[in-house]
Amino acid sequence: MSTTEPSTHPPGPETWAEVHSSAEFKQLRKRLRNFVFPMTVLFLAWYLLYVVLADYAHGFMSTKVVGNINIGLIFGLLQFVSTFLITWLYVRYANRKLDPIADKIREDIEGGAQ
Amino acid sequence: MNLAQGVEGGSPALNISIFALFVVATLVVVFRASRNTKTASDYYAAGRAFSGPQNGTAIAGDYLSAASFLGIAGAIAVYGYDGFLYSIGFLVAWLVALLLVAELLRNTGKFTMGDVLAFRMRQRPVRAAAATSTLAVSFFYLLAQMAGAGGLVSLLLGIEADAGQAVVIAVVGVVMITYVLVGGMKGTTWVQIIKAALLIAGAFAMTVWVLGRYGLNLSELLGSASERAGGNDALLNPGERYGVSGTSQLDFLSLGIALVLGTAGLPHVLMRFYTVPTAKEARRSVVWAIVLIGLFYLFTLVLGYGAAAIVGSETISNAPGAENSAAPLLAEALGGPVLLGFIAAVAFATILAVVAGLTITASASFAHDVYANVIKKGKVDSKNTEVRVARITACVIGAVAIVGGILAKDQNVAFLVALAFAVAASANLPTILYSLFWKRFNTNGALWSIYGGLAVTIVLIVFSPAVSGTEKSMITGADFHWFPLQNPGLVSIPVSFFLGWLGTVLSKEHLEEKYKEMEVRSLTGAGAEKASTH
Repeated sequence: MSTTEPSTHPPGPETWAEVHSSAEFKQLRKRLRNFVFPMTVLFLAWYLLYVVLADYAHGFMSTKVVGNINIGLIFGLLQFVSTFLITWLYVRYANRKLDPIADKIREDIEGGAQ
Repeated sequence: MNLAQGVEGGSPALNISIFALFVVATLVVVFRASRNTKTASDYYAAGRAFSGPQNGTAIAGDYLSAASFLGIAGAIAVYGYDGFLYSIGFLVAWLVALLLVAELLRNTGKFTMGDVLAFRMRQRPVRAAAATSTLAVSFFYLLAQMAGAGGLVSLLLGIEADAGQAVVIAVVGVVMITYVLVGGMKGTTWVQIIKAALLIAGAFAMTVWVLGRYGLNLSELLGSASERAGGNDALLNPGERYGVSGTSQLDFLSLGIALVLGTAGLPHVLMRFYTVPTAKEARRSVVWAIVLIGLFYLFTLVLGYGAAAIVGSETISNAPGAENSAAPLLAEALGGPVLLGFIAAVAFATILAVVAGLTITASASFAHDVYANVIKKGKVDSKNTEVRVARITACVIGAVAIVGGILAKDQNVAFLVALAFAVAASANLPTILYSLFWKRFNTNGALWSIYGGLAVTIVLIVFSPAVSGTEKSMITGADFHWFPLQNPGLVSIPVSFFLGWLGTVLSKEHLEEKYKEMEVRSLTGAGAEKASTH
């Protein structure tokens, strides 16, 4: 039969506060924030740089590099490359550094609640 | 019969037949998928049983609207490089969703954006606010899609009469309502998966075809496109569209910011993260979506320049539907009426799938946030009542979409989409980010950032040149604009972040305990909604 609503009895506020102040959780949060915040700043800055160049530096972006391919097109394609690269880096980081701790904390909480 | 009214050389009968085939095939899938739809979780979130790759494909199907497919290829064909800038904003935006939103949202909510806010705030006001902005974004996006459908009808089926176009829009609307009513989220998701596969495969085939003509040499293709457009490289260099004046440059900056920050606040994108069983699958969904969407935009680059080289920018600008006709005309030039019929059917399928996704999101938000939690104060007698309300809402929204589509069919589609992105980036994204990452954030702050962001965006739009004062405005007879930019993002997004902060610090409400619980849940997935087990 379908049991779509949560059937577990949620742990009380003390449990959450306790986990929240545990060293393990602090490490998880630090690792997540240390990766996603700088990376967000980085890709937004790189994107804005690209938009501003395409918007205001027409001469520079129109410089031909190979055949009819100019700097503007190369920078545009590099945005695709950087997006794919950051995606790959994040997945690798999350699988190695975040998931193991998160899984352990979750099992502790859910195991303890039953 | 005068086929020249539509795309010359196209066969409306063939186009309709291929589209009808798509509708029949997807309806069969929707009926089969609907057999297990019983509870609210089944209806809104497909029992949370889709895998990451499936959901990622469905996200691509939801996201690659007619505006991206026909609009971007056409913008590249006519304006060259400046059209390409859209695709980059639309793609990079997914990193915001991947890094900051998708997994944490999956872990803390059930069905809607309101769930995430309601976690640690006063339920009724924040749910009402979240539902308001969800409905506003969905409405603008829905209108854009339906208005696009009207344009497509005249372009691809050769139906010029207003009554004929209205009938086609109504048929599209009724099919869409059927998907949503019968299939719920599961059926809608399958429609999106099928559509994404057809769209990406079709675009890939055309890309290879175009590149094949130029010896797989991109430079050669660009040269040929540029030569055909007059040989002065205008098509290859930035600035053809937005470089005209200082205001248009600022406008472009504003659009760029709204595009990159809007995606992660679009309610129909957010809701898709609830259809997978875990945060890890939500992550895989986004990865698949990024790869598929990225590849697709690379294809449109080739298709846009291919259309400029093979069909010619001039011919495209003068065709019915102007820019939007670039991809269909290219298909016709490459593969004759059959390929044109296929691309036309895919374009209709695109509108159908996107509209269905929007409708289910808007109806979920109304039934779950407004009806069940604001009106009934969380005391709905049975979950079936909530689903029934959602189904009725879906019918109402479908009817509004049909009427709106008929009335708005001459409106500028890109303007409506940009409006939806601006509202999503201003009202939704600041609220979601504060809610997930800022301990001090509270009910007052959420209300200020949602209502404030929504109000600022709409006021700036109403008094922008998009609505009045220029030849291309919505209202041509009057001029009451004082805000110089078409897109309000440059002003409205920072203002919304500021209002969220100000509203928070002006309120004494501290929600430390609940925030601790929310943070632990969002990062670990403890106590998150599981997949249903049938």
